[in-house]
Amino acid sequence: MVTKSLHKRESDLANSKRQLEILSNGIFRSGDLPKFAHKIAETNQFPLKAKKLEILQINLGYMCNQVCEHCHVDAGPDRKEIMTKETMLQCLDVIKKTGAHTLDLTGGAPEMNPNFRWFVDEASKVGIKDFIVRSNLTIIKSNKKFADLPEFFKSHNVHVVSSMPHWTKGKTDKQRGTGVFDQSIEALKELNAIGYGIPGSNLRLDLVYNPSGAFLPGNQTSLEKDFKKSLLEDFNIQFHNLFAITNLPISRFLDYLIASDNYEDYMYALVEAYNPAAVKNVMCTNTLSVSWNGFLYDCDFNQMLELPVNSNAKHISDYNEELLYNRDIVISQHCYGCTAGAGSSCQGSVT
Amino acid sequence: MQKTYYDPADLKKFGKISEWNEELGKKFFDYYAKVFEEGALSEREKSLIALAVAHTIQCPYCIDAYTGDGLQRGITKEEMMEALHVAAAIRGGASLVHGVQMMNKVNKLDM
Repeated sequence: MVTKSLHKRESDLANSKRQLEILSNGIFRSGDLPKFAHKIAETNQFPLKAKKLEILQINLGYMCNQVCEHCHVDAGPDRKEIMTKETMLQCLDVIKKTGAHTLDLTGGAPEMNPNFRWFVDEASKVGIKDFIVRSNLTIIKSNKKFADLPEFFKSHNVHVVSSMPHWTKGKTDKQRGTGVFDQSIEALKELNAIGYGIPGSNLRLDLVYNPSGAFLPGNQTSLEKDFKKSLLEDFNIQFHNLFAITNLPISRFLDYLIASDNYEDYMYALVEAYNPAAVKNVMCTNTLSVSWNGFLYDCDFNQMLELPVNSNAKHISDYNEELLYNRDIVISQHCYGCTAGAGSSCQGSVT
Repeated sequence: MQKTYYDPADLKKFGKISEWNEELGKKFFDYYAKVFEEGALSEREKSLIALAVAHTIQCPYCIDAYTGDGLQRGITKEEMMEALHVAAAIRGGASLVHGVQMMNKVNKLDM
């Protein structure tokens, strides 16, 4: 069981340049597998271009109460990168003028940012259509000071999106840590009790499913059906939608793939499942990711690989939607993760 | 010459079977795809049946394919192992039930 981030362990893979080297060498350098740029060029989709901005995703920091084995953020209690109030103020300026219909707060555990509640308070006043907070559920049960989070979310009409890798304890705890399943179930019951996730309720509660190993997610609709049936029968829990997300070969998941000798097979599986139709809707074309220190990225994965946007507007302080529009998306071989099968994004499958 | 009869890479070439007989190959793969569609049984149940049968016929390709398929569907290792024991019970039972034949024969011939 992983207990420390790659950064804390001073692992080679804590370095994003090292990760990018791995993703460009070996089977991709030898030509056994085509590089992502070549693959999308086959269907005249290179370069990928940014379309109209729809989702502004802000990472409030890499600190987290959990240390999940597959985490692409390398988040954990030992990460100290946290967005300052000054950067939050710059984000608020952008939230007020953006044409994006969705604001998506993520982390780490975004709730661990000391200014989280103030920021949600201010951001919710802007009246963005869909205001998402990615909450890992256990945070609610981790400390008394977080116990009223469900009510706080409700009072700000926040759309809660939470991770749940399986409907059984064994598979959940293996990926996310001992005790995570029971705490998540408790937190879901609390959210249900105040109206979250109930059919017909405006209080949206969606779950995110990541495979707990070196395999791709199955059909999102079937998985949602199985999750709903089991959570209802076993725990009387309800939720709205399930987002099936493919694990991208970066950070801790890359570390796991290499350590378990699954890296090459996983990359083969991603490339074999490549779906040109998914390329049309990859999230980087309608999303912008803002890091804890205010820099702009095409997606959360590029943020972790430290691949900044290809635009003169590189920081939230010089944000300009016109400048960012139609920019070339920065790609590498990890992008195969978003184009496999039905495609994958922070909102689940894309086809 | 390849040193083993089975190569995991060959599983990915299954579709090439059609190259030497397109008509029958196509019929087979159409049928195969239809069989695994949701019907009176769910795709999940069919995947578990396939896994159990794969072990009964001891097909390494099928074991590889339907273990992966099961994981993708969220099937747990406990469910997979129970399915295998069904296969093993039927297989073992099939040997053992012939013991009745043996007993009949012994009873007939033995004084």
